[in-house]
Amino acid sequence: MADTTAAPLTTADGKPLKAALARAQSRARRRALLLVLPLLLFILVSFVLPIGELLKQSVENDYFTANMPRTVQWFQTHPAGTPPDEAAYAAVALDLKDGYTARTAPLAGTRVNYDMPGTRSLFTSTARKAAQMQPPYKDALLAADPKWGDPMLWATMRRVAPAISDDFYLAALDRTRDVNGNIVQVSQDQRIYIMLFMRTFGLAAAITFICFLMGYPVAHLLATLPLRKSNLLMILVLLPFWTSLLVRTTAWIVLLQREGVVNDILVWLGVVDNQHRLEMMYNQTGTIVAMTHILLPFMILPLYSVMRPIPPSYARAARSLGATSWTTFRRIYFPQTLPGIGAGSLLVFILAVGYYITPALVGGASGQLISNLIAFHLQNSLNWSLGSALAALLLVAVILLYWLYDRLVGIDKLKLG
Amino acid sequence: MAQPAKGDAFVEFDRVQKSYDGETLVVKELNLTIAKGEFLTMLGPSGSGKTTCLMMLAGFETATHGEIRLDGRPINMVPPHKRGIGMVFQNYALFPHMTVNENLAFPLEVRGMGKAEREAKIRRALDMVQMGAFGNRRPAQLSGGQQQRIALARALVFEPQLVLMDEPLGALDKQLREHMQFEIKHLHESLGITVVYVTHDQSEALTMSDRIAVFNDGRIQQLAAPAELYEQPQNSFVAQFIGENNKLPGTVEGIEGGRATVRLATGELIDATPVNVTKQGQKTLVSIRPERIEFRPDLLPPGAHTIEAEVLEFIYMGDLFRTRLRVAGSDDFVIKNRNTTGQRRLMPGEKISIGWAPQDARALDPM
Repeated sequence: MADTTAAPLTTADGKPLKAALARAQSRARRRALLLVLPLLLFILVSFVLPIGELLKQSVENDYFTANMPRTVQWFQTHPAGTPPDEAAYAAVALDLKDGYTARTAPLAGTRVNYDMPGTRSLFTSTARKAAQMQPPYKDALLAADPKWGDPMLWATMRRVAPAISDDFYLAALDRTRDVNGNIVQVSQDQRIYIMLFMRTFGLAAAITFICFLMGYPVAHLLATLPLRKSNLLMILVLLPFWTSLLVRTTAWIVLLQREGVVNDILVWLGVVDNQHRLEMMYNQTGTIVAMTHILLPFMILPLYSVMRPIPPSYARAARSLGATSWTTFRRIYFPQTLPGIGAGSLLVFILAVGYYITPALVGGASGQLISNLIAFHLQNSLNWSLGSALAALLLVAVILLYWLYDRLVGIDKLKLG
Repeated sequence: MAQPAKGDAFVEFDRVQKSYDGETLVVKELNLTIAKGEFLTMLGPSGSGKTTCLMMLAGFETATHGEIRLDGRPINMVPPHKRGIGMVFQNYALFPHMTVNENLAFPLEVRGMGKAEREAKIRRALDMVQMGAFGNRRPAQLSGGQQQRIALARALVFEPQLVLMDEPLGALDKQLREHMQFEIKHLHESLGITVVYVTHDQSEALTMSDRIAVFNDGRIQQLAAPAELYEQPQNSFVAQFIGENNKLPGTVEGIEGGRATVRLATGELIDATPVNVTKQGQKTLVSIRPERIEFRPDLLPPGAHTIEAEVLEFIYMGDLFRTRLRVAGSDDFVIKNRNTTGQRRLMPGEKISIGWAPQDARALDPM
């Protein structure tokens, strides 16, 4: 034993033990790698690469940089605050001329348009006329559209000139840069993203809490019933999984809308007046009800898997030691289910934060979540960079939450099944 | 049934019945009185109703009929946490999320005891089971035997008058189990508590108990002190269940002066003590302990009947020789002889005559 530190151990025929061990295990290791290789490739192609691309998009946008090279060159050689001279106008005019032939002028306009609405059409219309333009270009451009004299436009173009910028993250946090380059809040009526982030996290927390309140007793029942009965109930819990998400969400619309089943019954019972039917659909209530229903199994299953192996003798022991049933629950049973609560809550919360289809269908205006805005930017406004920045912020928030959970509870205590 | 061995009735089962499904009785009319300070063991095969009785006493099952009294007070309607009964569970049921100290503090905390008093009591309880150094460990960091001691300390820390133990040593290995049997026995003696102990291990029951209640089929088959139970079983179930036992079926030929003559199916005559046979012609099962059988003629009581036997197998067990014989047509007749100097080792195929003192053979009801 003492000589283990003195000299490395060797095999019987004098080879180093470590090398022999590595050789002996290499075959098994190679086979293990081959087994996981398909999944590894799949994850790389379908998960790591898209997310990397998304993160890249959120800081890099070369629509302007690539298509207005002369203008970018002028901004680089002239410090901020220089009024545009004839050379600057010439750069713009020639870039637009090239852009018209290559049909890339609208792209450059789109990039400026993100920061200064209305400029996309300016770029397209001016590019159409640029082919006939003669020096002096300043007069020609101003004749084409007087907006070219706007200092704000030039400040914006200077700002979007670099391909890599934090503009989209600022925009995603309702911030922008003023003419002097200071970070300021956007005007009151344009602040939407922070409010949406808060609403998303608030609604997700509410849904998680409701799922916990409703799922805990069900999981306990499932865990304590005899296996045959609990299997039957488990099917009822899992039944929603086997039904289309769309069908379930639509079912809630049928139930909860203004002329829906629930309102009809309430009116028939005389609980509410026919003129004042409850608004339970196309608002936050609709989003909460439908999402709670859809996410409930994700709370029940981890709870069940933690509760099932807790033997009833713990509760009996506590009772025999003099604890009331409430004390027994609070001090003996509940603490042992914490890993399940943590796992279920984390799962439901993370799913809820990124949920898209249900709020889109039943959320109305007040029930929209951040994911709906991300989808809007990716599909409608085609501002992929802003959509990517929002998604990246969401990702960071979830990772932060995961880290916090690990610090507070410990990720090794997480138990999914 | 037998009367309590000593003192006053502390625990009483009064015509208690229990049914789970309303169709069959798991416990059939149980009457049992346990004295203060007594160590009573409920022994029986699984499904005999012994654990159900313990659970009814602890308050986890309700009696379908009858009354259970603790210290003269009916407790049928008293919830378990107000009964003040300590209990040791089969798998210890130590709370896994608490340290040993917290486990022991739990019954004291729920009784609203102050911190200083709690600590003193925990210390005393841990010292009692020689686990004083383990207070800050978690149950998962303890071995099975150590967990067992902690479970014992936890059941005793709030100084209950009555402690129930549900097969507490079942998960331990043989050596540790035997050691713990003596420790529990000594704790019982030094603390003067009443213990009701459930087990299916007859040697455990014999070692520890003041009295043993042998359960089968929802009834107490015999309630007696260990020696009486072993030496004078009242029926063939008890004779079979406790210790090793040879049984010879036959018919009573005559009863005279506390001695019965039984004719076996193969025609031989043997001597026995009548237990639950009364007259000639009755079917009976004669039960004889393997260690009470002699094969050396000089050791047989004078005038005793002998019976022919053929040696089938000889097993050397260290302190004992265990020899299997063919007797009266059956192949599972066993005799045990102590490995003393000069003890003869029988050879397979050898023909011998065996016999016994009439009081060691008991003519019981045929099963």
